[in-house]
Amino acid sequence: MTDLTQNPASTPGQVPPRHGSLLTQGARTKRRNAAEKRFQLYGMIAIGIGLLMLVILVTTIVSRGLGAYQQTFVTLNVELLESKLDKNGNRDLDEIKKVSTFGYAPLVKTALADAVAGYGIDTSVPAKDMDDLLSKGAVAQLRDYVIENPDQIGQTVSFEFLASSRVDGYLKGRVSRESIANDKSISAEQLDLVDDLIEQGAIRKQFNLSFITGADASDQRPEAAGMGVSMVGSLFMMLVVLVLSLPIGVAASIYLEEFARKSWLTDVIEVNISNLAAVPSIVFGILGLAVFINYMHLPMSAPLVGGLVLTLMTLPTIIISTRASLKAVPPSIRDAALGVGASKMQAVFHHVLPLAAPGILTGTIIGLAQALGETAPLLLIGMVGFIASNAPDSIASGLLAPNSAMPAQIYEWAKRADPAFYERAWGGIIILLVFLVTMNTVAVILRRRFERRW
Amino acid sequence: MPVSWLILILAALTLGGYIAGRARARASVQGDVRRLHSLPSYYGYNVALFALVPALAVLALWLLAQPMLIDARVSGMIPDTLIPEGSNQSLVMSDVRRVADGLELAVSSGAMSADEVAALDADATDIRARLGEMGVALGSDVRPEVLEAAQAYRAMSSTGTLWMTGVVLVLALAGLAWSYSRTHSEFRARNVVERGVLTLLILAASIAILTTVGIVLSMLFETINFFSLHDWKDFFLGATWAPNFRGDSELSILPLLWGTLYISLIALIVAVPIGLFAAIYLSEYASKPVRAFAKPLLEILAGIPTIVYGLFALLTVGPLLVDIFGRGEEGLLGLNWMSGATSVLTAGVVMGIMLIPFVSSLSDDIINSVPQSMRDGSLGLGATKSETVRQVVMPAALPGIVGAILLAASRAIGETMIVVMGAGAIAKFSLNPLESMTTITTRIVSQLTGDTDFASPETLVAFALGLTLFVLTLGLNILALYIVRKYREQYE
Amino acid sequence: MNQMTSVEKTVSTEANKITAEGVQVYYGDTHAIKDVNVQIEDKTVTAFIGPSGCGKSTFLRCLNRMNDTIDICRVEGQILLDGENIYDRKVDPVQLRAKVGMVFQKPNPFPKSIYDNVAYGPRIHGLARNKAELDEIVEKALRRGAIWNEVKDRLHAPGTGLSGGQQQRLCIARAVATEPEVLLMDEPCSALDPIATAQVEELIDELRQNYSVVIVTHSMQQAARVSQKTAFFHLGNLVEFGETGQIFTNPTDPRTESYITGRIG
Repeated sequence: MTDLTQNPASTPGQVPPRHGSLLTQGARTKRRNAAEKRFQLYGMIAIGIGLLMLVILVTTIVSRGLGAYQQTFVTLNVELLESKLDKNGNRDLDEIKKVSTFGYAPLVKTALADAVAGYGIDTSVPAKDMDDLLSKGAVAQLRDYVIENPDQIGQTVSFEFLASSRVDGYLKGRVSRESIANDKSISAEQLDLVDDLIEQGAIRKQFNLSFITGADASDQRPEAAGMGVSMVGSLFMMLVVLVLSLPIGVAASIYLEEFARKSWLTDVIEVNISNLAAVPSIVFGILGLAVFINYMHLPMSAPLVGGLVLTLMTLPTIIISTRASLKAVPPSIRDAALGVGASKMQAVFHHVLPLAAPGILTGTIIGLAQALGETAPLLLIGMVGFIASNAPDSIASGLLAPNSAMPAQIYEWAKRADPAFYERAWGGIIILLVFLVTMNTVAVILRRRFERRW
Repeated sequence: MPVSWLILILAALTLGGYIAGRARARASVQGDVRRLHSLPSYYGYNVALFALVPALAVLALWLLAQPMLIDARVSGMIPDTLIPEGSNQSLVMSDVRRVADGLELAVSSGAMSADEVAALDADATDIRARLGEMGVALGSDVRPEVLEAAQAYRAMSSTGTLWMTGVVLVLALAGLAWSYSRTHSEFRARNVVERGVLTLLILAASIAILTTVGIVLSMLFETINFFSLHDWKDFFLGATWAPNFRGDSELSILPLLWGTLYISLIALIVAVPIGLFAAIYLSEYASKPVRAFAKPLLEILAGIPTIVYGLFALLTVGPLLVDIFGRGEEGLLGLNWMSGATSVLTAGVVMGIMLIPFVSSLSDDIINSVPQSMRDGSLGLGATKSETVRQVVMPAALPGIVGAILLAASRAIGETMIVVMGAGAIAKFSLNPLESMTTITTRIVSQLTGDTDFASPETLVAFALGLTLFVLTLGLNILALYIVRKYREQYE
Repeated sequence: MNQMTSVEKTVSTEANKITAEGVQVYYGDTHAIKDVNVQIEDKTVTAFIGPSGCGKSTFLRCLNRMNDTIDICRVEGQILLDGENIYDRKVDPVQLRAKVGMVFQKPNPFPKSIYDNVAYGPRIHGLARNKAELDEIVEKALRRGAIWNEVKDRLHAPGTGLSGGQQQRLCIARAVATEPEVLLMDEPCSALDPIATAQVEELIDELRQNYSVVIVTHSMQQAARVSQKTAFFHLGNLVEFGETGQIFTNPTDPRTESYITGRIG
């Protein structure tokens, strides 16, 4: 070893041996340890920022969205005047139906004016402007009631009408006397009247079930808008996604994982799938528009089309997770089955697939949750800008009749001019997130419960 | 609904075929199933498959093709003069379809007899009112030509459906009969069935390719149409995006591309350091409980739908930024740099938040795949943890992390909802992050929603934009996946 | 420092580098090292032998506190390096590891150039004032690692491109570049072929002139070839410790004899 023959001490690059004590830290060590602390701090700050964002997001959603679950109602006793509603007095339903909502409007106005007078409230608001406090849908609500109960004509019936969105906003703190300076829909005097009515108990906030079950409403009536119908739309889309993507995804994965020999074709398919998983969702929307609507003439805004588009989008996710679960089943299981003379197909369907089922299910649920929250492709196939006012009455119409979907409905509300809709949008997000959290929890539980370590 | 009946009949035939095939197999060996080539159930599956699959395939194809064919023939019947101003053929066709559906409903609910419907005269009867009674709402009165087209539509559909029913049933029965006749003890039912199933599996796997082909073709054709209407030089090299309805739109992708890249850059500036440091902390420093707590929480951010981030940008971050940088004297800084809530910064920051978990979980995986022996080697030399991370782990993980960042960039470029709600609609070249700008995806949405006319360059440009976006993200993804794969191989 | 150790220190010879007293190591609930006492001399090769899982590697990793990186590991007792307890709360493991270098079972060059691999330690410890000095340190270390002649023309090629034996010698060079006082080697030849093993063994013998070397090995022949002192571990106990010749020819403990003659292991 010629390398070692030189005397170490004579070499110029020789470092003097450090005989310092271990118990005292040199200046350099101190500096390095400080750098270490700083570095660790950056990491903590990064985690902190991430978690802080989550907290901010959740608090924003909850604090701004919970309002949608409360709604302001006005309790009124309305006298259903026979002279207005059924002039001939023969309770013929066809004749009663001929009275339009215009015919009902005076009843509501009178009832409101009478109530104000009855409470002894002194107000400068003229009687004809009092119904600004009520939703524009109040007269329709009255008419529907009369048509359903024609025998009540002539009686005085107590109703709970939705208050207008301005009054609702006033009770929720969104509308104040300053903010309505340029607002034609409501005046400060009307707000005074609202204060008086609150004191009398005629106006109050209560739980708003119709936000969860109800239909969307027009621009004029944010107070009546609900998520129910778009939830049904989402449900039908998810049905389509589940029915199509689970069998196709599992079949494709079985082929790729268990049967496909390595060839250029399977290579192409593999690269394809991993790339499809990363293709922007809007591109799937363009595909849906071009193929399903322009080429196949499937109806615009139909949950069937939405479901098909989302299926194509979800398939790669499901295939990737299914293949992972199949891969996790050890080869010894297959060998064991093949060893007793089972065919490859029997080994896969009798042994591998059942063992991989929990993983496949978990992946499918997560894929569905992704599809449920997806918005962009739905914009292109017309599921936005459509007022979903009726729940579908059959499975066929549920699939083919125009409808909205939860995220599309939220986007629709966010686009509207009236800030009262923003509260609805946040409230809708709460519902959407409840669905997503539930699905993901189920997936996690499934995984914990059935996960097998080989 | 005849189709659902047809499907039920098919299901019954399939089940019957299964039972019959199995029974015949058993009978052929006088109940001694050991003498069969395959298990009896395979003979059943064989018959069931032959009864179901060809018939179902024809049914599906027929259902896809029939409306197209009928549409093509019926729309030929509608004179151009009938198409009102501001409308187009497809709107009239949808009227035709609604009337036809309404008439169908009238017959099936018994409100009108088939003969009555056939004798309807648009001038004599108020069809709109009569259909309205049955809950079919029509936008306008039914004109004679529309009624005529609807009658023809109805006639063709019912003939078509009749033929379809016949063909499908014959096919199912033929398949059943043929495979039933082949059922005997020597017949290799299992092999046939397994080959059939394998074919189905291959078909399912090829849907992935079909989707890609569909994406490319659907955009390619319309893009070619677009370039026949609009100069490609303006699209790729122009400087202005200004669609209008006078026919002299300037439709250049460059300002949109600039907005897209600028927003993506800001998103990455937010997401990469935070995501990377979070990943380093989680994989190198955090104790088990901290990791078990923080990692899933961070990943929740990735599971939140983009619409939520969009709303957050539009209603929370945007107004907050305006409070800080805008509103002059009333603002927090007394500045007046920002006028509206939508801006590059709004969209970029929110998108960055969305990408944090994306970057961190990808980087986490990659950092974890750096072998522990590297860390030991460095620590054994007296390096501190941070020196080890910065000088050994990071350089080793660098290719993988670059791949992760490229994937994140591709996500940012293709993201739609956040930019639709947070970025604005003005196409321009500007360096000011407080101005609103627009992106490729927002323009795709705006050109393809609302009133669209698939013969105008203003609508078709969306397909050219979509194709560009697809090519761009595809390139990034392939590059990123290649880098990551190479990187994995290095340590396997 | 308590009284007992100072007494101990006075009786131990000048050459004692490391003194372990009553060392216990726990992995979670497992008691991996049971009450080990051992003295490791300066400028000597000490070999730890024993069957798999006997704790010899664990004990080795205690000597430069590499076990700190494992969360569930707990060390009791004390290990003195030049009379200072390395498990004292005031001791910075980073400083300790600069003094007690380590070479691992599998060659683990960093994915950097050969030069950067060797320069890594001197750089982080700030041993060179300028580039020329660093160059000299690197050359010196590579010479000591007996690999200089093989790599002097390709110092900027990646270290991962070398053969297994070269990689291990590079790792040894990397360890000696920081001028440690003790060199720990955890089965340094188990991943190498016989020729590379012979080269590394020759190198270990050379290194003895400057360092105290502690080597864990599976191979008794290797222990016999390279070491002057041998410690036999069994089930977490230090069974026997003494001159290598005496351990291999005339073991006092029956367990040592069984192991050496091949009946346990």
